[in-house]
Amino acid sequence: MYEFEFARPTSLAEALAALKAEDAQPLAGGQTLIPTLKQRLASPSVLVSLSAIEELKGVRREGDTLCIGAATTHAEVAREAAAHYPALAALAGGIGDPAVRNRGTIGGSLANNDPAACYPAAVLASGATVVTNAREIAADDFFQGLFTTALEEGEIITEVRFPIPQAANYQKFEQPASLFALVGVFVARFADGVRVAVTGASEEGVYRWESAEEALSKEFRPDALMGLRMNPANMIHDIHGTKEYRAHLVGVLTRRAVAAARG
Amino acid sequence: MPKDHGIGASQKRREDVRFLTGRGRYTDDINLPGQAYVAFVRSQVAHGILKGVDTSAAEASPGVLRVFTGKDFEGVGGLPCGWQVTDRFGQPMQEPAHPVLAQGKVRHVGEIIAAVVAETYEQARDAAEKVVPDIEELPAVVDMRAALADDAPKVHDDLKNNLCYDWGFVEENREAVDEAIRNAPHVTTLELVNNRLVPNAMEPRVAIGDYNPGTDESTLYTTSQNPHVIRLLMGAFVLGIPEHKLRVVAPDVGGGFGSKIFHYAEEAFCTFAARQLKRPVKWTAQRWESFMSDAHGRDHVTKIELALDKEGNFLAVRTETLANLGAYLSTFAPSVPTWLHGTLMAGNYKTPLIYVNVKAVFTNTVPVDAYRGAGRPEATYQLERVIDKAARELGMDPIEIRRKNFITEFPYQTPVALVYDTGNYHCTMDKLIEIADLDGFEARRKASEEKGLLRGLGVNCYIEACGIAPSNLVGQLGARAGLYESATVRVNATGGVVVMTGAHSHGQGHETTFPQVIAEMIGIDESMVEIVHGDTANTPMGMGTYGSRSIAVGGAAMVRAAEKVIAKATKIAAHLMEAAPEDIELKGGEFIVKGTDKRIAWGDVCLAAYVPHNYPLEELEPGLEETAFYDPANFTFPAGAYACEVEVDPETGKVTIDRFAAADDFGNVINPMIVDGQVHGGLGQGIGQALLEGCVYDENGQLLTGSYMDYAMPRASNLPFFTVDHSCKTPCTHNPLGVKGCGEAGAIGSPPAVVNAVIDALHRAGHTHVTHIDMPLTPARVWQAIHG
Amino acid sequence: MAQVSMTVNGKPVTGEVEGRTLLVDFLRNGLGLTGTHVGCDTSQCGACVVHVDGRAVKSCTMLALEAEGAEVKTIEGMANPDGSLSVIQQAFQDHHGLQCGFCTPGMVMSAAALLAENPKPTEAEIRHYLDGNLCRCTGYHNIVKAILAASGQDVSIAAE
Repeated sequence: MYEFEFARPTSLAEALAALKAEDAQPLAGGQTLIPTLKQRLASPSVLVSLSAIEELKGVRREGDTLCIGAATTHAEVAREAAAHYPALAALAGGIGDPAVRNRGTIGGSLANNDPAACYPAAVLASGATVVTNAREIAADDFFQGLFTTALEEGEIITEVRFPIPQAANYQKFEQPASLFALVGVFVARFADGVRVAVTGASEEGVYRWESAEEALSKEFRPDALMGLRMNPANMIHDIHGTKEYRAHLVGVLTRRAVAAARG
Repeated sequence: MPKDHGIGASQKRREDVRFLTGRGRYTDDINLPGQAYVAFVRSQVAHGILKGVDTSAAEASPGVLRVFTGKDFEGVGGLPCGWQVTDRFGQPMQEPAHPVLAQGKVRHVGEIIAAVVAETYEQARDAAEKVVPDIEELPAVVDMRAALADDAPKVHDDLKNNLCYDWGFVEENREAVDEAIRNAPHVTTLELVNNRLVPNAMEPRVAIGDYNPGTDESTLYTTSQNPHVIRLLMGAFVLGIPEHKLRVVAPDVGGGFGSKIFHYAEEAFCTFAARQLKRPVKWTAQRWESFMSDAHGRDHVTKIELALDKEGNFLAVRTETLANLGAYLSTFAPSVPTWLHGTLMAGNYKTPLIYVNVKAVFTNTVPVDAYRGAGRPEATYQLERVIDKAARELGMDPIEIRRKNFITEFPYQTPVALVYDTGNYHCTMDKLIEIADLDGFEARRKASEEKGLLRGLGVNCYIEACGIAPSNLVGQLGARAGLYESATVRVNATGGVVVMTGAHSHGQGHETTFPQVIAEMIGIDESMVEIVHGDTANTPMGMGTYGSRSIAVGGAAMVRAAEKVIAKATKIAAHLMEAAPEDIELKGGEFIVKGTDKRIAWGDVCLAAYVPHNYPLEELEPGLEETAFYDPANFTFPAGAYACEVEVDPETGKVTIDRFAAADDFGNVINPMIVDGQVHGGLGQGIGQALLEGCVYDENGQLLTGSYMDYAMPRASNLPFFTVDHSCKTPCTHNPLGVKGCGEAGAIGSPPAVVNAVIDALHRAGHTHVTHIDMPLTPARVWQAIHG
Repeated sequence: MAQVSMTVNGKPVTGEVEGRTLLVDFLRNGLGLTGTHVGCDTSQCGACVVHVDGRAVKSCTMLALEAEGAEVKTIEGMANPDGSLSVIQQAFQDHHGLQCGFCTPGMVMSAAALLAENPKPTEAEIRHYLDGNLCRCTGYHNIVKAILAASGQDVSIAAE
């Protein structure tokens, strides 16, 4: 790692002030950032830890919305969201491994927007709202391609608000080395329709599979997807799977997610 | 009642206590006063002309003590290769120079261009980024067939081409084999890849060089499986340090699997730099460095043909293999695709005619050398896969076709040079059928089918050759080292025993098993026996641990030394009891005059040896310490039969190992618990090779699987509980313990079982067009095979 | 350099570290607690797992300064107060759950965290929980068996 200064503020206001320094960077759980720093692929002047800011932590329910503080770890979401939004809790409980889940946070994952991360699929399929220190960003506007989000310099996520669906399920097909999603599909059924979000598959990052949403909104059954085929053109091709394979998996996992969500 | 003491007892491991409490002492746990740290500048291109290295900015960087480049090593020897293969035309292999730091050219990603030594590791790393190599990039040679093309770029400009050797074995059989295959009623052909693997011992390599100018003595602390071999190679061939001024210490070592046999540039560098700087110099590999600097394993491309008669009797085997050696010859690399591979092509079968051709190729990739099994997994995989394919083609049961061809009479001279001293392949097959519950397969298959999964069964046999020897034979085959092992058995005055062995434990449990043997021989408790290993300063010259040789060769040396000790102690006892030595037996820790009640305790005899008041000084020296060097008469031949059951998800191609059973014949067993553990570990690695692991380079020689993010290591959730058995025992006929070795069996025998099982699952489901899938059988590959 | 204070294995400690000093480096080099190992640089292998405030974390993927004020427990703190092996450590020895020993500290720390959360895990739960701990020696058979045994469960399912 290159040398950097380290700050660990205890309030959001202090954190925002510290982040004003040139080349300052927030440190959430660090489960991606620290390996990146070790590879010397990033050189922040100051790392501003968000881990001591209590106001960014915790899971609370407001009516039909589950609000999760940005600095809440995956393990905490897995435990505390289980009674309210089981599919989301299950997703959180399947990220990485237990030690990673004890440090990694939802805010850190979303801000990083790894194209194979799990959380973006949940946020997009749920139509969640990403709340920052400055504004509220709809999920559909938040994700802007590989490792790119709507966040401005110095802007940090404070909370994510998930509308709780009637039924939902996340199916993850793991890339066997990294345990990230080779393909992951999150299906969420709301009163006004079904949303399907796919991670791991596309060169453009997490996306909604609209034709599947349309079909499932009419009829929420795996068979409703018969005949639908994901176009492989924009899929990722790497040593773990071809474009065609990923496109195929999107169909399989979506059907399985629907079947599982139906219970 | 199972034994709780001596040979055959599942004693708990004494070394566990320190490992379980954080008190192990691995090389990286050692920090010497005044220690400096090195960061290596490694090539980021696979092939290029190294025109120069600008080190000025690095030298000015804070904390930097010195920056080394290839120029500093111009007067120093290269890393030696320990085995010279002679090709089928009688010519020696092409043997390129192997510089410690790159000279004139870089030949693989990861090759060391410069080394920055600084006060702290981070300072060294900071400065290493400021080193600017001037490299004119050349086209990389990655694919072996392309490397052999006439117009291929040459990895080594001073060699004729990229072919290290073209080896034929047995060359005299070539025409007879060709003819047998031409005339055979049936020939089954299979082309396959034995995937390149990265060994990935969990402890990354570490080297600490130390130098005492006051005594002119150098010490290297290193993660090695064979410290004496490193001392010899580095001292004599690289740095020119006489052995009495060079000590090599390999303390607790966190796994080796072959990758820590070899003498690496980093070891020579740290020793050299410590002498130059007169300070200890430490290097700890980051895992990314391990991926591009530890010798890789396997990487063969093979075509095998098996000729059979209509009844399924094997008539001949012919193979053509391309073996990737990487950019340089690692220490034992040439021996792996040849003597450790071609000689095993008879397997467990009485095939009368065999011809093996191996073309070993230089490419712009990390050097390839022995990895758990080393040549034997490659032989087993192709043979057991082609037999499975042949059985299918002939409509025969895969077990029956094997049984029909089993060697049943021993000793057996194979057509590929080996003499199997003993074995019983029907015994292990019978045992396998029992422990794998093959009778219950059909019911399990139906249950899988109801879940929408395809269940398949794969069965195969394996044989391996362990404890490679004897030295005079391997010398004729090109080895530049002996392959004996040594032990000193030192008895203390109060009866305790210290065994100093040339073998090295890096997980095998020698500290537990070796005392079990001594305890059995003398009749004392294991707690009275201590094992010393891993330090050239206090162990006799030994060749170390690899190739499942520790107990078969190192254990035998210890037995020989202990026999000498006992013979001398018997004479002392005879003197003390005024009896003839031949009338005395050692039993239960006492010397007894046969047929009398006269006896004297072991400890009293030992005391007499060191306090020789009542002692036959005219006939015997005082003291009780003996050394033996044991050079085996032959290899040992563990063998067995393995069965794997998989479930394949036809929608995703995902393969799950549901059951795995291994029936092995290891001859006599010292500690069954440890043997079970060795088999489990081998199975984990073999299944890893079959399903998960594959080292991939792109066409420019960039390593695509350079970390655990892309190189899939087997995890607990990828594996089932294994069912293992080693109750079939045909003891080795030529070593004193009747032992054969068990360290590699699992890794050798399991890959074909997994692949056979997947092919079986697909065939049962009607996907009969799939005759082979190359490892690793990733979901994507299996799905592609089904739908391709 | 900055000062960091934490409790390690029940003892308060203070040390000088850089911003970039990892917790594992502070433990190994700052405190001489070399039982915690480093086996990779991408947060997969788990040889470095320790407990921070009772939870398993990878000490190679946490800055030392992030552990300010925390309760840290390492393999050196796992034995019983009288120095004898704890139930989990003893189960690893009894069932040969280690060979080279390098991954072992992380395995023991993960096993302890698992059993604290889930005192009677199934075989599948154990295997899944070890997703972040790589072992190259054992094929995991005896590790899983040892953890089953440490939880007081029958291990006959793991035939020899």
